[in-house]
Amino acid sequence: MTKSIRTAPAPKGTGTLTTVDGVRHARIWGVGAYRPERVVPNSELVDRIDSTDQWIRDRSGIISRRRAARDESIIDMAEHAARDALAAAGLEPSQVGAILISTVTHLLSTPAAAPMLAERLGVQCPAFDVSAACAGYCYGISLANDMVRGGSAEHVLVIGVEKLSDFTDYDDRGSAFIFGDGAGAAVVGPSDTPGIGPTIWGSDGAQWQAIRQREPWLDAAGAPLDGHAVLTMAGQTVFRWAVWGMAPIAQQAIDKAGITIDDLDAFLPHQANMRIIDAMIKQLKLPADIPVARDIAETANTSAASIPLATERMLREGEIPHGGLALQIGFGAGLVYAAQVIVLP
Amino acid sequence: MAQSEQEILEGLAEIVNEETGIETDSVELDKSFTDDLDIDSLSMMTIVVNAEEKFSVRIPDDEVKNLKTVRDAVTFIHTAQG
Repeated sequence: MTKSIRTAPAPKGTGTLTTVDGVRHARIWGVGAYRPERVVPNSELVDRIDSTDQWIRDRSGIISRRRAARDESIIDMAEHAARDALAAAGLEPSQVGAILISTVTHLLSTPAAAPMLAERLGVQCPAFDVSAACAGYCYGISLANDMVRGGSAEHVLVIGVEKLSDFTDYDDRGSAFIFGDGAGAAVVGPSDTPGIGPTIWGSDGAQWQAIRQREPWLDAAGAPLDGHAVLTMAGQTVFRWAVWGMAPIAQQAIDKAGITIDDLDAFLPHQANMRIIDAMIKQLKLPADIPVARDIAETANTSAASIPLATERMLREGEIPHGGLALQIGFGAGLVYAAQVIVLP
Repeated sequence: MAQSEQEILEGLAEIVNEETGIETDSVELDKSFTDDLDIDSLSMMTIVVNAEEKFSVRIPDDEVKNLKTVRDAVTFIHTAQG
């Protein structure tokens, strides 16, 4: 039997597309933060994992973390951080041209969290979520940079928000103390001068099991922990990758930005573990006088929220200069990573 | 070039000393990294990566948990060097 093949019609050729022009440069206009009210010290967690406050401090540098209220959603937290960032940028919500939310703890696979936040802010702009775990904020900044420069939005709201307390196995010695809740946000907009350097980003899917939701949703239903999915992490594997794998990525971001490490005014790594931060500093040979984000001590690991939370705190406390150059690097489940040098707002 | 087990022990002791401050003389073959030398999992990984570089061997993540004593590590490195 022969198959009849239709001949495709010739294109009409009568229309020519127009495109929008963007701007040459973008920068971060302002950052904002939201830290849930409740402080959870290590002492609240140690009994279930047969541990001590000192043991947790020695292994992670974490002293306490914030925990969102039971009825507090990631949309609630994102809204606080978003309004804070807009105020810092001197913008009204109506001026937001797009919203990107980086999160892995939104409890619905669909719809995304970003349209719900848009509604809260009273806007109907493009809004979508980015799933890049602890690299999510740097992924978002890279996308927002390209969107502003490409002309698809004038001001983009980037939010990293996590309610990791919903996904923590409090009986797991390796991770019970690691995670915290919070939200950080940034507004990316046009600039007369370069404000966001080239992003060095990528993935290593061969190591997908190193940090992950332990069971797929279907298997989690009816499992222990009342059918609740939790995160699991291969600590040593992640440590090796984060330190010896990520230090060269950070160096590439510095090189691509056309600066040297001595030009930095701040180093803002993802707040995964103080030991990772210390080892990364050593590998990078970071000059001792450059301030380093150590927000993890009182915030723990808040995944996509960690870098903007640390940035907001350091700017507010006068530890790093407005207009200075900061190297930020996010890395986590995927495995995925992204690094870029930015001008601090 | 393959090194003797004694040379590997001495090199490993220097790496342990650099990471933890433990005296090199205390890094003896029958000592356990965790129980006797009080080395935690992240310091152990730092020692492993530095040992890989120093001895030109690859120590996979899955293998690290099997290196319970200093002897286990010396033997693994010696064998890996062929």
